[in-house]
Amino acid sequence: MPAANTAGAPAIFVDKLTKKFGSRTAVDQISFSVPAGKIFGLLGPNGSGKSTTIRLLCGVLLPTAGTGTVLGYDIVREAEAIKQNVGYMSQRFSLYEDLTVGENLEFYAGIYGLSREECRQRRQELLTLAGLTARQHQLAGALSGGWKQRLALICALLHQPRLLILDEPTAGVDPVSRRIFWQIIRQTVTTGVTVLVSTHYMEEAEDCDLLGFLFSGRLLGFGPPALLKQQANVANLDDVFLAYVEREGEPG
Amino acid sequence: MNRLNNRFRASWSRFLAVFKKEIIQIKRDKPSLGIAFGMPIMMLLLFGYAVNTDVDNLPTVVWDQSRSAESRELLASFVNTGYFGINQYAQGYQEIREALDGGQSRVALVFPPDYAANLQLGKPATVQVFIDGSDPQVARTALSTAQLLVQAKGAALLAEGLAARGIDQGSGPLLEARPRIWYNPDMKSLVFNIPALIGLIMQNVTIMLTAFALVRERERGTMEQLVVTPVRPAELLLGKLAPYVLLGLVSFSIILAAGIYWFGVPVKGSVPLLVLLAILFLFTSLSIGLLISTFSRTQLQAMQLAFMVLLPSILLSGFIFPRETMPWLIRGLGNLIPLTYFLVILRGIFLKDIGLAHLQGEVFALLAFAGGLFLLAVLRFRKNLD
Ligand SMILES: Nc1ncnc2c1ncn2[C@@H]1O[C@H](COP(=O)(O)OP(=O)(O)OP(=O)(O)O)[C@@H](O)[C@H]1O
Ligand SMILES: [Mg+2]
Repeated sequence: MPAANTAGAPAIFVDKLTKKFGSRTAVDQISFSVPAGKIFGLLGPNGSGKSTTIRLLCGVLLPTAGTGTVLGYDIVREAEAIKQNVGYMSQRFSLYEDLTVGENLEFYAGIYGLSREECRQRRQELLTLAGLTARQHQLAGALSGGWKQRLALICALLHQPRLLILDEPTAGVDPVSRRIFWQIIRQTVTTGVTVLVSTHYMEEAEDCDLLGFLFSGRLLGFGPPALLKQQANVANLDDVFLAYVEREGEPG
Repeated sequence: MNRLNNRFRASWSRFLAVFKKEIIQIKRDKPSLGIAFGMPIMMLLLFGYAVNTDVDNLPTVVWDQSRSAESRELLASFVNTGYFGINQYAQGYQEIREALDGGQSRVALVFPPDYAANLQLGKPATVQVFIDGSDPQVARTALSTAQLLVQAKGAALLAEGLAARGIDQGSGPLLEARPRIWYNPDMKSLVFNIPALIGLIMQNVTIMLTAFALVRERERGTMEQLVVTPVRPAELLLGKLAPYVLLGLVSFSIILAAGIYWFGVPVKGSVPLLVLLAILFLFTSLSIGLLISTFSRTQLQAMQLAFMVLLPSILLSGFIFPRETMPWLIRGLGNLIPLTYFLVILRGIFLKDIGLAHLQGEVFALLAFAGGLFLLAVLRFRKNLD
């Protein structure tokens, strides 16, 4: 696997990326670039194309048009290389509810080819990080929402990915769990990992290094939060968003 | 070399992870265990007994107009077979009709007034037998029993008459032979049915179990996580299939043991060979299940597809109808079903002690099916969400 082509490249790069489902365009010619080691927040209302964009980047959906690279790997031709280096947490809980917390971790450790020693060490480390140690023998299905999300997060971190992709990880999660969640994310970034996170919460968006606003599949704005606010000449991100939507107008 | 080694280790690690996970899930999934252990036993009892054409204690109404020692003797013989139980005596056809129509009796025996007199004179005596034909299987058995019985009785009486006149008993052995013929056919059908039943049950259990294997991941949303991992289709599918081979072997052992010890059908040939070829057959039907899984979006669809495969296999594989008498087109269709070959193997080893040398064609066919179907499932399985 050519490791050289990933050095110095942006963590995420997309150019006129487009995805159509039949006649519906879910992602419409979006282009942006995210440097390594940043937290990139993807914002947008329901159905704006956040999840679809994320799936394109993970290599599980094929783009209709446009190109992109993730960690320097082409999202169409080198999808399998991307998968070994990306940690993904889907919008809907998608771990095994009939497996315990520990069994879920062990399964994914095996899938990512961790050695027995690595697995034991990572497992302990991450359980502690998420405060899940006491629940490791509990069935995942029996966990409450916040705990489930934390489990999904540490499962995604198990194989020490270089890019962490989180699709609305804190939807429906209580504030305490959310704070812990973001602590883990920030701590992960300090080790050089890039994070892509989609969210509806503006206070979470404030914490991102870069933001992208999606609306009807189009990228209406892209940049650091402060810059976006300054450009729109408003005080908070909610208003930035409103300004974009208004500028799009309702001529249609 | 080292790189190849690493790749193999990673591959093995992923296969093992899926395998272990699947075993844990099966252990916790009550319906799966029910299908694996309950269904074989239920089907075996159902087919073993329901398909059994044995008839016993059919309620019988009698109108004895002869009222003689001779008529009572024949009646006793009827009762002694165990197939007929006299539950009513009638006076006249009207009453007999009512008994049969009302369902109180399934069989009626009528002795004419001159029954004893004819016998004593050495003239042919007749007995009328009416049988409720609504269940043809039962009717056929009852009729043939009655016929054999009367024939044997007639022959016996004839021989007694001859002996009484001091003539040499040249036709003696005939008396013994006749009734015996009767007792075998049923046993034969069971001996013939049980091995085939083992094949059918194994096929049904394994296809049903694996048909859900991938669909469940899709329905529960766990597939979304799996597709973003480096796991390869072959590793995933093999890891999912392998635990069911073990499970299938356990249910195979259960039915085999029940067939041998409960139904008393012995294996004439080699049991290890039987087990070996059963594993091969398990791979083919599990692959069919996986293939079904790749075609279905929901468990309901998978179930419907599974039935679409199972039903023709019952009719065309030679399980019910002998393949020799099928039109060539139908027989050709039967050749496309793995069960067809496995039934030949099962019956051959069970009944005739046939060795591998005589089963080469069947074994090759199963190998081709196993390889082909699994490959097809791997190719069909896409690691994306499109
Ligand atoms: N597999 C699919 N087939 C057809 N249409 C799809 C498919 N997936 C998504 N879409 C459509 O594409 C559009 C974008 O969906 P997407 O899930 O990306 O939005 P989202 O921004 O993630 O929304 P949410 O905030 O509700 O998660 C929607 O209109 C959706 O209906
Ligand atoms: Mg979404």
